Amino acid sequence: MTVPLISIQGLYKVFGTKPKTVMPMVKDGMPKDDILAKTGHTVGLKDINLDINKGQIYVIMGLSGSGKSTLIRHLNRLIEPTEGKIIVDGEDVMELGQKGLEQFRRNRMSMVFQRFGLMPHRTVIENIAYGLTVQGMNKVDRAAKAGEWLEIVGLSGYENQYPSQLSGGQQQRVGLARALCTDADILLMDEAFSALDPLIRSEMQDQLIELQEKLHKTIVFITHDLDEALRLGDRIAILKDGELVQEGAPADILLHPATAYVEAFVKDVNRARALTVETVMKPPAHRITTGTIAEALQQMKTFSKDYGYYCTDDGYQGFLLQTTLEEAAKKDGDKAIEQGLFEDLPHISPDTVLEEIIPESMEANYPLPVVDEDGDLQGNLPRSSLAEVLTN
Amino acid sequence: MSEANWLTKFPEMERSDLLVIRKGLDGAYKEFSRSYGEIIEGLFDPLLRFLVWFEKLLVTSPWWIIIAVICSIVYSATRSVKLTIGVLIAFVLIGYFGMWENTMRTMSIIFVCTMLSIAIGIPVGILMSRSNRMQSIVTPILDIMQTMPAFVYLIPVVMLLGIGKVPGVIAVVIYAIPPVIRLTNLGIRLVDKEVLEAATAYGANSTQRLLGVQLPLALPTIMAGINQTIMMALAMVVIASMIGVKGLGQPVLKSITNQYFTLGLFNGLAIVALAIVFDRVSQAYGKRTQKHMERAH
Ligand SMILES: Nc1ncnc2c1ncn2[C@@H]1O[C@H](COP(=O)(O)OP(=O)(O)OP(=O)(O)O)[C@@H](O)[C@H]1O
Ligand SMILES: [Mg+2]
Repeated sequence: MTVPLISIQGLYKVFGTKPKTVMPMVKDGMPKDDILAKTGHTVGLKDINLDINKGQIYVIMGLSGSGKSTLIRHLNRLIEPTEGKIIVDGEDVMELGQKGLEQFRRNRMSMVFQRFGLMPHRTVIENIAYGLTVQGMNKVDRAAKAGEWLEIVGLSGYENQYPSQLSGGQQQRVGLARALCTDADILLMDEAFSALDPLIRSEMQDQLIELQEKLHKTIVFITHDLDEALRLGDRIAILKDGELVQEGAPADILLHPATAYVEAFVKDVNRARALTVETVMKPPAHRITTGTIAEALQQMKTFSKDYGYYCTDDGYQGFLLQTTLEEAAKKDGDKAIEQGLFEDLPHISPDTVLEEIIPESMEANYPLPVVDEDGDLQGNLPRSSLAEVLTN
Repeated sequence: MSEANWLTKFPEMERSDLLVIRKGLDGAYKEFSRSYGEIIEGLFDPLLRFLVWFEKLLVTSPWWIIIAVICSIVYSATRSVKLTIGVLIAFVLIGYFGMWENTMRTMSIIFVCTMLSIAIGIPVGILMSRSNRMQSIVTPILDIMQTMPAFVYLIPVVMLLGIGKVPGVIAVVIYAIPPVIRLTNLGIRLVDKEVLEAATAYGANSTQRLLGVQLPLALPTIMAGINQTIMMALAMVVIASMIGVKGLGQPVLKSITNQYFTLGLFNGLAIVALAIVFDRVSQAYGKRTQKHMERAH
């Protein structure tokens, strides 16, 4: 197992004047509302444990007030926990002193904010360079580096504008460029796209995905929008009232919601658009690996199907039917299997979204073979599995 | 006295007791000023020297140089030709009506008082914005400074330092400083939380946050405070003249005691003119520096 880059262990946060005194009640499992009524303290987070691997986009989801912002602000200690540990790269963030914490924030993590958090009195280029200014980099280097990021996010020509002169989408591009400009390897994004209208939002998502393919940052992304979570997330954690209710790969959460709360969350999702072939395909079976027609027929009998997927060391070759083989065996059973025997059945790629393969799958009478980029058979997709996933 | 009297007459303290308190406090303070007066006066010596020098500079320089300097400051601060011409006319009229010297004296003391108020007020305001405790201590003190009649705190100041420029400056500063303090505190507290959070998240230390985010964003509010401070300092000019501060206040005082209506009016108008000039110029300057904060469309 790989060691996670970020590990949150037993994290509790209680807001109020004497949080320590309330901790026993929280640990006894008293509901949040009761604690508020009784003590005036708000339970922000309760026993959060999660691991975030390097290079992932880790999405944290939940309704308003579920503690998402509170959780992400613990990672760079904008909020101090009541109890618990946060380990980043083997280092306990809670142990850092003031100076150490400042260095940590400068070099390891940068943050993108929901309402952008840009400095209204600084120009676009100065905003992008802010992290470098704080680090004490000189003006020339700063401007050069910030200029590069300005171009990457597509705002060339705006360097001397003030944030108030930009649209929301443009402002958030500045926010993103500012975050990337410090070369921190961890990016915290608190509902970074929530304030944008849908079209701009999806543009920004595309840009983030594109950047991530090049940069391989570790991104903690907060959203209350499941579609966004599914689009961006390598893993998703769902919070409810400060508690972690489920954590897993997007498809896992869609297909196996742990609680009624999660189920309600995922109910309205367009699965055909959210799930890829990979998540619903069956593991590879009915593989025919032998050389001659007679041997192939023999092998087909062992898995009692009237078809099979012919594979060699070079990967998937084609789809074979029992009837065709029998026909050919009548002529010459010792002949090697060749191109002419294959049926006309399309194969599909594991990362295609279901929506795109529905027509092919519906037309085909047999489970479609799933073949990856290297040409290897990864599995097959029966029509029934597809129907099952899409209908419930 | 009979026991039932308290129903009709307020149960006052015995006169003799009151006398003891008064005598005790007065005596103690007199004692204090006798033994420390000179040392404290010595502390203010550099201030006095600066005051004298600056006043002399304004009074002895040729009037046209002063006007040229003032107009160029006004223009470079506001970039407004109209305002600059207005200021020019105001000063020419003041000089023409024979109030040039007094106006220069008043300007010098207002300038010094404003600078002192800013130098003390902004740091105090910053401290206040940093802790609620500090705020709850300073606020009532400011309330007292603003509502206590100026004459009352003139007494101990005069007892301590005598009559002259320094006690005048102290009295004016006490009266005029609260707005800078209050509005510095307010301005910093009103800074957008998310912007400040962003600064923190990028590793800014508290100095970088203060100088790079809090003060610049609070500047419009602080400017409003400075503006009010200048206005209040001008309003104190007449009272300060009672303890020997020379300037436009003295003729006004003289006209009250001698019932010279026109003299009072002219000098009063000169104070008003100064007030308007200071007000418009500082506001126009503030607006100009904050242009980018407004939404362009
Ligand atoms: N400074 C604070 N003092 C007291 N309670 C707080 C504080 N900050 C957050 N809370 C409480 O903690 C809970 C979680 O808040 P949080 O802001 O993390 O929610 P969120 O999931 O980010 O919601 P949203 O989607 O609205 O941003 C809420 O009940 C909130 O009232
Ligand atoms: Mg939030």
